[in-house]
Amino acid sequence: MTATYAFWLPVVSTGIVGLAVAMYVIMDGFDLGVGILFPYFPQETHRDQMMNSVAPFWDGNETWLVLGGVWLLVAFPLAYSIITPALYVPLITMLLALVFRGVAFEFRWVAKPSHRKWDVAFAAGSTVAAFAQGTMVGGILIGFRIENGQFAGGPLDWLTPFSIMCGAGLVVGYALIGACWLVMKTSGDVEKAARRFAKPLLIALVAFIVLISVWTPLQFERVAARWFGGWHMAYLSPVPLITAALSVSCWRGSSGRHPTIAFNAAVGLFVISFVGLAISTLPYLAPPSITLWDAAASPKSQTFMLVGTTVLVPFVLGYTFFVYHTFRGKVHPGEGYH
Amino acid sequence: MDAHTLLLARIQFGFTISVHIIFPAFSIGSSAFVATLLVLWRRSGSEHYLRIARFWTKIFAVSFAMGVVSGIPLSYELGTNWSRYSLATGNVIGPLIGYEVLTAFFLESTFLGIMLFGWTRVPPWLHVTSAILVALGTMISGFWILAANSWMQTPAGHTVVNGIAYPVDWFHVIFNPSFPYRFTHMMTAAYLTTSVVVLAAGARYVLQGKFPDEARTMLRMGIGMVAILGPAQLFFGDQHGLNTLEHQPAKVAAMEGHWEDTGPAALVLFGIPDQQGERNRAEIAIPRLGGLILKHDLNGRYAGLKDFPKADRPPVLPVFFAFRIMVGIGVLLIMLGLTGAYLWSRGKLFTTRWYLQAATWSWPIGFIAILAGWITTESGRQPYVAYGITRTADALSPVGTATVATSLVAFVLVYAVVFSIGIYYIRRLVLTGPKPAPAPEALPNRPLLLGAQK
Repeated sequence: MTATYAFWLPVVSTGIVGLAVAMYVIMDGFDLGVGILFPYFPQETHRDQMMNSVAPFWDGNETWLVLGGVWLLVAFPLAYSIITPALYVPLITMLLALVFRGVAFEFRWVAKPSHRKWDVAFAAGSTVAAFAQGTMVGGILIGFRIENGQFAGGPLDWLTPFSIMCGAGLVVGYALIGACWLVMKTSGDVEKAARRFAKPLLIALVAFIVLISVWTPLQFERVAARWFGGWHMAYLSPVPLITAALSVSCWRGSSGRHPTIAFNAAVGLFVISFVGLAISTLPYLAPPSITLWDAAASPKSQTFMLVGTTVLVPFVLGYTFFVYHTFRGKVHPGEGYH
Repeated sequence: MDAHTLLLARIQFGFTISVHIIFPAFSIGSSAFVATLLVLWRRSGSEHYLRIARFWTKIFAVSFAMGVVSGIPLSYELGTNWSRYSLATGNVIGPLIGYEVLTAFFLESTFLGIMLFGWTRVPPWLHVTSAILVALGTMISGFWILAANSWMQTPAGHTVVNGIAYPVDWFHVIFNPSFPYRFTHMMTAAYLTTSVVVLAAGARYVLQGKFPDEARTMLRMGIGMVAILGPAQLFFGDQHGLNTLEHQPAKVAAMEGHWEDTGPAALVLFGIPDQQGERNRAEIAIPRLGGLILKHDLNGRYAGLKDFPKADRPPVLPVFFAFRIMVGIGVLLIMLGLTGAYLWSRGKLFTTRWYLQAATWSWPIGFIAILAGWITTESGRQPYVAYGITRTADALSPVGTATVATSLVAFVLVYAVVFSIGIYYIRRLVLTGPKPAPAPEALPNRPLLLGAQK
């Protein structure tokens, strides 16, 4: 009984960390994406509209990042204490970038009419944060030098062509989900331009997904074994098939009449890519040696957190839905700021 | 671990958390203030409450955003710079922060959207409710983070195995011995500090003859709060001090510059503590008063710094002076509140220019007191990061000096630029003042600054 509990508890915790990170990637993904696309919408009124479309949500979205980080600390202190020093540079870069783009939401309005610097801060901050997050994904896949349960590598170990490619891929992915968000939430010229951007971004994202799918099994034996060893491909084949179907749906949706299809498909692409990465790397949390069972915290800590999460997350999801529902539909020019 | 890296990492955490605490302290107070105003508006129907609420909502929003972005780095710094702290205490501290996220961060950040942008999207009662939930969220956030901090000061409900703390009883972890005192003391500080800012803004407008209704309401509400909370804080602070004497006697000895327990304790009013020489230079002390304050007894005695091994003593100088700054400001605030209440009762509040002038200058002192208080309690906890469990020197990540130094420089540069501009914007909002006319139904995008800048 205890043995099975000790076995399953970290599995459940991994699921929750994964869920929090996935929620973050999707929800902050579109508002980061709107920031990444900012430079391509030079008109002030267009930018106002873009900003208004995400302003009521960004703060709640970013909270999922804190939840993911804290759950990692709670459930897997060992993984947290290895991953965070190992990814020190991209992590701090991301945090500082988030400072710039986060304050831009308020500062931009208060600074008007001399708000240009906050346009730059919002765009640059969003892009750098997205890129840094991508390099961290790459860094985790590459794995860490671990000795005696501590990170034993250098500050730039994460910096490889592979992680740079992951960074670029995530910037493109966020830009796509941001464009699809704008298709859904804005009207007029902004919507038209967003529709134009969606297709090339989709092509680029699919190219990155293919590239990562080819690169990871070639570079990492454990990934190759996971996907192509034995009969694994037989039951893992839905992953690439679903990816293909979602890409088609996003393509069609970006020019179709119904405003939400492209966005939903882009969210689906993120979810399936995330699942793919999880398949590649689990059960390792800090590859190549620390598994989720190695890293798990005391069962008492995990249980306490699990009770709270089980009770509270439904409420969180409930009122999050309520806020999205309150601000449903398209943002109209001129509507918005408090 | 190398001493330079340790020092840089400590400076980094001290710097980032000091900048951070200013904003949540103000957000806790201003969200409650806005919620109160909205409730008053709904109950009285008096539009000037709404105008004041809208005005402070803007200021609150700017401050809240700065609080959010300066807070997220802290939860990751625990890993980047202090991974061995995370490993040693993560089992206990982690869930407390986790509960903060689940019960507070989501609540406040989600309903913030409705509070800021929902004026015309939801019925007024729901908007007021959202503002109340945001204020409640900031309070709950304070509950958890102060529980975590208090556990680091006075750990309870845990066992330590091989240097790693494991929870035994969550109730005792959360309601550890110093928590009720610290929570009361800090929450009162947040409301007090914000009340002083409101009071100062009201006094400024009264002096300038601007926004008469709004200015008088702000001034009266501010004075009412400060006159009640100032003296209350003296009492809470005293109780907190007695609690610290019981659980962290070395910290109190450092706060008081009390080196030797040789008889009824004197109260050191001033001195320059000399850590090496184990004495105070240029000391001015009042006999027996220390015993009276800390033991409530003229013959009271308590342990001096020399009763603790040198390696277990906190750095006396910063603790000693920070404590005096905090208490000094506390006395000033009590005077500010009581004088204002007296003038109000005589009907002279809006005409006593010297008082109004002094009040306009008082806006930052609450923040200074909060910072001084935190320096007192955090430096006073040294040399431990988790009192009696992990020493600060053993909490550092395996990272290089250059890495920590570079990130420290980056934090200082970015924070200096971003947060000084933010404070400048808040100042500009205050100088501009509330919107004079009732708000129209459909709000334009640029509420007030365009007109005011001409």
